[in-house]
Amino acid sequence: MNALALKKGASKKSAYHLRAPVEEKEERHCLTVLVDNEPGVLARVIGLFSGRGYNIESLTVAETDHLGHRSRITVVTTGTPMVIEQIKAQLGRLVPVHDVHDLTVESAHVERELALVKVASQGNERVEALRLKDAFRARVVDSTLASFVFELTGSPEKIDAFIELMRPLGLVEVARTGVAAITRGAEGM
Amino acid sequence: MAKQMTGAEIVVRALKDQGVDVVFGYPGGAVLPIYDEIFKQNDIRHILVRHEQGATHMAEGYARSTGKPGVVLVTSGPGATNAVTGMTDALMDSIPMVVLTGQVPTFMIGNDAFQEADTVGITRPCTKHNWLVKDTDRLADTIHKAFHVATHGRPGPVLIDIPKDVQFARGTYTEPKDARTETYQPRTEGDADAIEAVVDLLEEAERPILYTGGGVINSGPQASRLLRELVAETGAPVTSTLMGLGAYPASGANWLGMLGMHGTYEANMAMHDCDLMVCIGARFDDRITGRTDAFSPMSRKVHIDIDPSSINKNIHVDIPIVGDVGRVLEVLLERWRARGSKTGDQSAWWSQIAAWKAVDCLRYQPSQKTIKPQHAIERLEALTRGMDRYVTTEVGQHQMWAAQFMGFDEPNRWMTSGGLGTMGYGLPASIGVQIAHPESLVVNVAGEASWLMVMQEMCTAVQYRLPVKQFILNNERLGMVRQWQELLHGERYSHSYSEALPDFVKLAEAFGCKGIHCNDPADLDEAIREMLAYDGPVIFDCLVEKHENCFPMIPSGKAHNEMLLGEASTEGAIDAGGAVLV
Ligand SMILES: Cc1ncc(C[n+]2csc(CCOP(=O)(O)OP(=O)(O)O)c2C)c(N)n1
Ligand SMILES: [Mg+2]
Repeated sequence: MNALALKKGASKKSAYHLRAPVEEKEERHCLTVLVDNEPGVLARVIGLFSGRGYNIESLTVAETDHLGHRSRITVVTTGTPMVIEQIKAQLGRLVPVHDVHDLTVESAHVERELALVKVASQGNERVEALRLKDAFRARVVDSTLASFVFELTGSPEKIDAFIELMRPLGLVEVARTGVAAITRGAEGM
Repeated sequence: MAKQMTGAEIVVRALKDQGVDVVFGYPGGAVLPIYDEIFKQNDIRHILVRHEQGATHMAEGYARSTGKPGVVLVTSGPGATNAVTGMTDALMDSIPMVVLTGQVPTFMIGNDAFQEADTVGITRPCTKHNWLVKDTDRLADTIHKAFHVATHGRPGPVLIDIPKDVQFARGTYTEPKDARTETYQPRTEGDADAIEAVVDLLEEAERPILYTGGGVINSGPQASRLLRELVAETGAPVTSTLMGLGAYPASGANWLGMLGMHGTYEANMAMHDCDLMVCIGARFDDRITGRTDAFSPMSRKVHIDIDPSSINKNIHVDIPIVGDVGRVLEVLLERWRARGSKTGDQSAWWSQIAAWKAVDCLRYQPSQKTIKPQHAIERLEALTRGMDRYVTTEVGQHQMWAAQFMGFDEPNRWMTSGGLGTMGYGLPASIGVQIAHPESLVVNVAGEASWLMVMQEMCTAVQYRLPVKQFILNNERLGMVRQWQELLHGERYSHSYSEALPDFVKLAEAFGCKGIHCNDPADLDEAIREMLAYDGPVIFDCLVEKHENCFPMIPSGKAHNEMLLGEASTEGAIDAGGAVLV
């Protein structure tokens, strides 16, 4: 690091006023948090977000290492770059948290979500819903003469798109798991 | 063969193995087995408090004056909820504290049982970490881990909730060395390149300032020693937050006084005009920065802190260094000396500082008729300086005057509630300090309103013959609130005075200690000497000027170089934007 190369007054203002307006924009980040699967750990993570006023767009959690009692939390959040840095630092200092990875900046990654979409319609609309199901490679997991439940996995955008298409075709309700994410390539975390 | 014992025995054994010599506590149904074990031994002293909040502040006073964690033992439900304020206080000020709470038996948890509260739920945001132990075999391990977490990284309070059946059941004792602490190992070594870069900056700086905080004190006595060496090597001026007073001696040549909202003119002006700011174990709190977009506009900033989340939280810095202050300063000095570094020409900077000092910002209008609160503290300071002395405070104007007018030459001698600003802190804290230092002079500089909040702890002082001196600056006002109402709310003094106050001398008699009343400046020295000479607890009722304001003051929403000095007009000093701030 060459400190002398720093321009004097580089940190002229408060962090809140530091970045040019375009950089002040809210960004969406996908974080992976590896935690001890101990009682209350999810409450700690959620409490941190609510207590400090951070956003949660989606959150998924499950034990992924049964022997080591480790759980993996995937949380999608939005905030200015400054707030995202704070979120990561705050998560990192929780005692049961082992690691925090910001997939959005650290590496290429895949995000997947599962949705169950209930649609009730007749006639042409019913046929059209089925046709779109094929186009999105969704599956029918329940059907009656008046309705379908589709199961669909994919990126959050793909699921959003499918739900939008179903809206005029008799959309009744949607259940979504929230995002699970993993890095691309051979390396693990 | 591992040792089998009851959960209650495990608690006492684990505390002994952790080197605990005193516990501040209050019994109740859910901790009776532990109290039974305490009864059977003599290694750990138990101090019976009069309110669980008192226990937590005593533990804080004990911790801050010794560097060791303070230990609290309280019952379930109301015992635990009464301890919440002290835990929050310790969290904000990074004080190591271990709180043990009783809980209803495991099979009754969730049933709204008598004196049940969701203690781990309630205290999750006000502890560094907490545990509910449901298995006696896990108890010792959890207690050892709790001490580890409380004292490593950024110190803070931890809580262990122990159901009553877990206290009765037998289980295996785990020795401290076998406890699983490896998963919590915060980083203490600073980045070597970043430290090298700080040496570069210090060599080049013409207007450097060291801005120090409670982290220097928390890091241990060697950090304060290294700070003094760094000052000697670089010749830089030093200022400190409220929490860091004493790390650099107030009698030192490079001392500028405290900075921030009620800091000195020279400290705040130097912060504003410096070209290099080295923040050591402080956190750019809003009391320090004032208006953040006008904060020290011309400087490059270095931030040394053990907590990564403190960095770039309020103020963006150029060189962040995550690590223990003591370790980072050690390496910094090593590099400085190895390179034979010299600082740039600071002569213009020091003459500027001398000009700011000449403003004499702590000047006040003396009086022959009434005791000025500043004068009272000055006399207390003069008559106790050089003594083996510890000072605690309550919260309000008196606290700021104590910070301004008392000088601390050593760390761990000054305990005050900074981050949370908890009225009621000072009396119990003084008791905790006195327990740890039975032979020393311990003075609580108090406001009458704060003091009343946890005053029942006077019984504790009397019971254990703790000669704490309660020096109450009695302005019959919630002085700091009144000052804000004067400056911000058109002198409408809404509920900021007490129409009924006790006669403090009679109150002292009722408690069984000594009371002294003083309202004449001519009698003040004699009265203070009487307080100091008395071998026992004293309540000193010092009647002071009622409408004195605490200056200098950076009004909320203003920059460092817009501070108000005593005689300046304060009208319109705080605009609407500032008024919404606290
Ligand atoms: C528990 C608590 N309640 C309320 C406040 C808000 N508050 C800050 S200072 C103050 C007045 C303190 O009065 P006193 O102790 O007499 O001190 P003075 O300012 O008069 O020196 C109040 C009410 C607080 N800090 N803590
Ligand atoms: Mg008062």
